[in-house]
Amino acid sequence: MMSDVTVGVSALTVGAGLLEATVRTATPLAYAALGESVSERAGVINLGLEGSIIAGALSATIAAGAIGVGGGFAAGAAAGLLVAALFALFAVGLRADQIITGTAITLFALGLTGTVYRTVYGAGGVALTTPTAATHAVPVLSSLPVIGRAFFAQPLATYALYLIAPLLAWWMQRTHAGLTLRAVGEQPKAAIAAGISPKRTQLLAVLFAGAMAGLAGATLVLAQAGTFVEGMSAGRGFIAIAIVVLGRWRPLGVAAAALLFGAATSLQTLFQSMGWTAIPYQLFLAVPYLLTLVVLAVTGSRGRRRVV
Amino acid sequence: MTTAPTGAMLLSLDGITHAFGRVRALDNVALQVRAGSVHALLGENGAGKTTLMRVVFGLLRAQQGVMQWRGSPVTVRSPSDALALGIGMVHQHFTLVPTMTVAENIALGGHGRFDPQRAADRVRQVAGHAGLVLDPHARVQDLPVGAQQRCEIVKALARDVRLLILDEPTAVLAPAESAELRRWIRAYADTGHAVVLITHKLRDALAVADDITVLHRGRAVLTTPARDTDQTRVADAMLGGTSVRTSVRTTSTLIGSDALNVVADVVNNRAGAANGPPVLALNAVTVRDANGVERVRSATLQVYGGEIVGIGAVEGAGQHDLLQVLAGRLSPTSGTRVIPEHVGFVPEDRHRDALLLDAPLFENTALQGAGARRGVIDWNSFRARTSALLQRFDVRASSAEVHARTLSGGNQQKLVLGRELDAACEALVVDSPSRGLDFVATDAVHQALRAARDAGIAVVVYSNDLDEVVLLADRVFAMHDGTLIESVRSRDVLGRAMLSGDAAIASGADA
Amino acid sequence: MTALRSFAATTARVLVLLAIAIAMLAVLLSATGHEVVPALSAMVRGAFGSYYAITSATIVRMVPLALAGLAVAVAFRAGILNIGAEGQLLVGAAAATAISGTLGGVPWFIGIPVMLVAGAMAGAAWAAIAGALRLRFGVLEVISTIMLNFVAQYFTGWLVRGPMQEPTGVNPQSATLALELQMPVLLEGTRLHAGVLVVVIVAIGVWWWLRSTASGFRLRAVGATPTAAASAGGIDVPRTMFGAFLVSGLLAGLAGSVEYTGITYALYENFSPGYGYTAIAVALLARLHPLGVLATALLFGALEAGANAMQRDAGVPSVVVSVVEALLILLVLAADRWRPSRTDEAGT
Repeated sequence: MMSDVTVGVSALTVGAGLLEATVRTATPLAYAALGESVSERAGVINLGLEGSIIAGALSATIAAGAIGVGGGFAAGAAAGLLVAALFALFAVGLRADQIITGTAITLFALGLTGTVYRTVYGAGGVALTTPTAATHAVPVLSSLPVIGRAFFAQPLATYALYLIAPLLAWWMQRTHAGLTLRAVGEQPKAAIAAGISPKRTQLLAVLFAGAMAGLAGATLVLAQAGTFVEGMSAGRGFIAIAIVVLGRWRPLGVAAAALLFGAATSLQTLFQSMGWTAIPYQLFLAVPYLLTLVVLAVTGSRGRRRVV
Repeated sequence: MTTAPTGAMLLSLDGITHAFGRVRALDNVALQVRAGSVHALLGENGAGKTTLMRVVFGLLRAQQGVMQWRGSPVTVRSPSDALALGIGMVHQHFTLVPTMTVAENIALGGHGRFDPQRAADRVRQVAGHAGLVLDPHARVQDLPVGAQQRCEIVKALARDVRLLILDEPTAVLAPAESAELRRWIRAYADTGHAVVLITHKLRDALAVADDITVLHRGRAVLTTPARDTDQTRVADAMLGGTSVRTSVRTTSTLIGSDALNVVADVVNNRAGAANGPPVLALNAVTVRDANGVERVRSATLQVYGGEIVGIGAVEGAGQHDLLQVLAGRLSPTSGTRVIPEHVGFVPEDRHRDALLLDAPLFENTALQGAGARRGVIDWNSFRARTSALLQRFDVRASSAEVHARTLSGGNQQKLVLGRELDAACEALVVDSPSRGLDFVATDAVHQALRAARDAGIAVVVYSNDLDEVVLLADRVFAMHDGTLIESVRSRDVLGRAMLSGDAAIASGADA
Repeated sequence: MTALRSFAATTARVLVLLAIAIAMLAVLLSATGHEVVPALSAMVRGAFGSYYAITSATIVRMVPLALAGLAVAVAFRAGILNIGAEGQLLVGAAAATAISGTLGGVPWFIGIPVMLVAGAMAGAAWAAIAGALRLRFGVLEVISTIMLNFVAQYFTGWLVRGPMQEPTGVNPQSATLALELQMPVLLEGTRLHAGVLVVVIVAIGVWWWLRSTASGFRLRAVGATPTAAASAGGIDVPRTMFGAFLVSGLLAGLAGSVEYTGITYALYENFSPGYGYTAIAVALLARLHPLGVLATALLFGALEAGANAMQRDAGVPSVVVSVVEALLILLVLAADRWRPSRTDEAGT
């Protein structure tokens, strides 16, 4: 009797902890993926996203140390945007192959951030800590059972997403700029006929995606890790592309898909920390990708053929 | 909003001239469009109809000439200028976003907030006012072609246009939809608007238009009220009629076209020389496109070894589908077809369908038959074959090693032709043999085609240049709206048959 | 003659681009406060400075890069953007590892080929998934291969912590490959293994296949102009593309099994330091020419070996080599943009 209650309570605690970790892990993913969804809507797939994330992370680290957390986020966004500008120069300006350009940009940013980091902080990779964004518990909401702390005791960066995702969804469907974006990605000829410049639209979309990816990197450092590690983006730029596909290019869908990927990571961490081996934890990590493939196969990517 | 009295001059063009390189696409063209009228702009392919309207819509700046709008001279630099004046254009190829709704498509290009409900109301209002049925919330990709076209029209009308330009609007429509569109055009004009209807379909024009202007090789050769003319006169004008006949583009530049008919008869007096079973045979072959529209209707045709069959048609009559069926590149939807295993094919777009531009010539030769080839390729034999081919067909290339891209259009065409003939084929189908070629190259291609015929090959040729068809062919067919009609071998008769689709004309009853 | 001239032109072009990239590297080095001349000379010494550097650093790194580069080149030649060489390579290594456990007592001259073939086949099978998704369901290979790279990575992670973990169960890696099944070392006292011969033979084979066989020609034709390949050549385009997926995966899988039998002797989680991605740069710089891939892979091998030396001797972070590689790709893209006619791309 007694032990049943204990088990029940601990399961609940574990569940709440899991959910909290899910939201925390999903936050940077959602930033990057929401940005990328805008870029892909304009017909540009940006594999340089990973580069924007890592550049955002390093800049946020440096700036947060110098001028504080807010400056860190700003610097992260700016760095992500700069990297995206280099991508846009080739992929939009010169109409070079998006995939190849993106791969190069990621390689470039990983190399550059590694070099700069070691130069600034020493070759040994001194474990450095940065100021981090405090969590702000929302009164009342944060005391809701299970989901309370998960969704409402998070850093401001997470709360910002609660605004950004619906705002983006509204913007895509309910503003002319949103229509323009979709038209450019789907049928540039129609956009041109309506007096729209596809290149300009694509440029702006790519820069937005870059800034969002930079914020993702900043979040990674300032709201999660509390430190910079070389290559800490760890493929999140590519994960973001999977998330965009799984979320069917819709902001709210993308946000939900980011949570799913976050949950997968949290689950594997949980399984590892609990020493559970019945199911290999790598399976949790792989499932979102497999799911993305299945979704693609079922729905086809035809609707988005213009991407790439 | 003041409405111009019916009959007031809306658009007036004078002395419009435009050249692409050395080709005069528009030569001193004048055109008047009155409010409340439908003005049909007729002409063969390449006569300059669309070019003229691109000038009016601001997609092209004419090099000379004056444009007046409601009595004052105007300069139209871009489509937005044109729209601001009240000139709208519906292009032949739709510019719609398939995944967006009708309302979204029509709102495209605006600023600020987008309210789907208001946009839908606007669509309903504009469409309702114009008497068009259109669901604003439907996704464009789910709509039939006719409804997509209505969406394009409403898109133009939503900009408060007074003059609507329609470029070949019936080209993509099924017959019932075409009739409905014609009724709409008439009714729309009757409300005080003006319509310029670009078409090469005589019947469409005569059925609906108040005024008719015929362009031929960039010049307005006939301007008349529709009620004062008839099919024959308009067809004559379109074909470069007796009063204005210009020299033909083919080798016989100096020969008048009446003489040309005779020459053609003499040169090609071989029909009937063919014996044995036909090499290519179609029986009641029908082809439907992805939209279910019949591109080829119950075509029956036999082509014998040692003859050239020529096909005359205006663009969109289904000729390319017919040729692909004959060449074995497209399967008929219904009907029976007997063709050899391999039919040589010279496609309309050689860059897309015939050549590897960034590969050497000998690899382009090897492309023929590549699908069935096995094992190791003996490139040296292809090099030798290609060198021989270059000689035999007079392809000007420094060697078989150069890339196809470096060749001129004429030499590319001769290479393709030579390659197909070299493959020991019994039949050859040629789509637009002289497309993009100069006189000399055209002549060389013609010689090669005649030589192939003389060697006993069954040859089918389509060209949008009637002179070329008549000059080359032993027997000619007109293709009109998917239907194949055998015609007497006369430029004028063939031309009228392909424009009118009238079998009686084609049989010579009219000549 | 033309082939020779085109070779000379391509080489000159690569050298010019390399010079520009190195110049940019020099700027970056001095901007980050490093001494340029000692750093660059350490780099050159690390790549070519000694017999050992050439054989055990540069060429050893070239091997997986060349095989993965060939995989990318074959796919790109067919118009397929396979960026899944990384995953195919991992799966190939895993298959070789798996089968090595069954080869106890088998002589090396049978055992090694069996492992290599197993890796190649696994890579092909992995690529076939992307091929089937593309041709059956219209899923773009760019997206699907990214997903499959992740799946392969987690799959490998599971293998080396689960069913394939070494017997003590301490380290997340497989048991070390039996000595007699390791790829023979070619030169005593170096790490240069027989895999380099495999690479050279395979590169020549791929070159010959693309250039001289009917199926290789079909692949090139489909990649160049699919419409013309179908209409004028009567080529079954989807079938040809699927074949290209298979061959590309096969080569990437081989890269994995060669690396396993020749260098690592074990499978572990970070088995590939991004060979599959660097391979894209290798293939592009070689203008997708199989023999060119050998040269550019050697160049990239030298860059990576040199970068390690630069870190050791001049304190410059070795990751800086990624910047050079990225610059090379971007320079190729820019140069292509300004001179679009691709005159030296034919397989002749």
